[in-house]
Amino acid sequence: MSPAPTVRTRGTLVIDIDACKGCDLCVDSCPPGVLVMTEHETNARGYRYPRLLAGCTGCQACSQICPDFVFQVYKYETPLELPGGPS
Amino acid sequence: MTGFVPTDRPPSAPARLVDDFTPALIDVGAHHLCPGCGEPVAMRSALEAVDELGLTRRAIAVFGIGCYTAFSNNLDVEVLQALHGRAPSVATGVKRARPDSIVFTVQGDGDMVSEGLQEVLHTAARGESVTCIMLNNGVFGETGGHMSAATVVGQRTKTSLEGRDPDLHGRPILLASLLAHVDGAAYVARGLVNSAGNVARTKKMLLRAFEAQERRAGFSFVEILTMCPTGWFVETEEAPGYLEDNLAAVHTPGVLKDEVDR
Repeated sequence: MSPAPTVRTRGTLVIDIDACKGCDLCVDSCPPGVLVMTEHETNARGYRYPRLLAGCTGCQACSQICPDFVFQVYKYETPLELPGGPS
Repeated sequence: MTGFVPTDRPPSAPARLVDDFTPALIDVGAHHLCPGCGEPVAMRSALEAVDELGLTRRAIAVFGIGCYTAFSNNLDVEVLQALHGRAPSVATGVKRARPDSIVFTVQGDGDMVSEGLQEVLHTAARGESVTCIMLNNGVFGETGGHMSAATVVGQRTKTSLEGRDPDLHGRPILLASLLAHVDGAAYVARGLVNSAGNVARTKKMLLRAFEAQERRAGFSFVEILTMCPTGWFVETEEAPGYLEDNLAAVHTPGVLKDEVDR
């Protein structure tokens, strides 16, 4: 059995889900494509919100395009190898 | 799908914060603007430019009237509220009374082109050392979504439901292109905020415009094309493409004039 695939992850986010208005701009702007909108779960105001997969590069594309200032972006001192990636 | 990374708290592994929730100089990030609006994105760029140049203590903003006016009471810079379209004249007064301040206006296309075109033209012609920022989405967002003088041909608004018809409504005024021909203007540029790359390019324009004012090179102007999915009747995720294909095809982005070093 081969080991579970991992993906290099240079950054991560804190997402203020209750500030989100579900506009999808972050999902479309994310270069590695690691943001995914919820389908059924909604925040306190009834909007869908983004969730993060492994592989974030900390590039700040999401935080710079977000009209509602939902993201806090961190860059790891040393990149992590997190489980995930193409299966 | 499984394998989501927790995003409800800062990471436990050593990491540095590179971008915070609340952008520089915006006290309270929460606002009532519609989902997918481009104006907060542009506002963030402008205030980050003020912050990066260390101008915070000297900055005085003059706001026009529009959706963006929601930010007028939660910024860390001084804000004056002008009447419809009159912000460039108020900014002129502020700059002349306080020559050491850095004065910029924030206006929409409805405010600046439809309601107060003469104000910005005369301010530019006089070569006043102020910076005017126009957030152009081609629609009067705040007052219900009707057509403005900058609405492009074919664009749907509440008062041009079949699209702007040049035979009936005339053609749009391309303000940045007009101001580029005014001698008193030292820097004129048009940016857009429909992608992270374009946001970065637009911020460079704003930095250059403030530099123009700091060096007293003359009038500086940055037009920023912003998304208004509500006013355009499009889905939020389609708005960046709509902006590129419609507004930016007519209001061509780029630096139209740079005589800051002259």
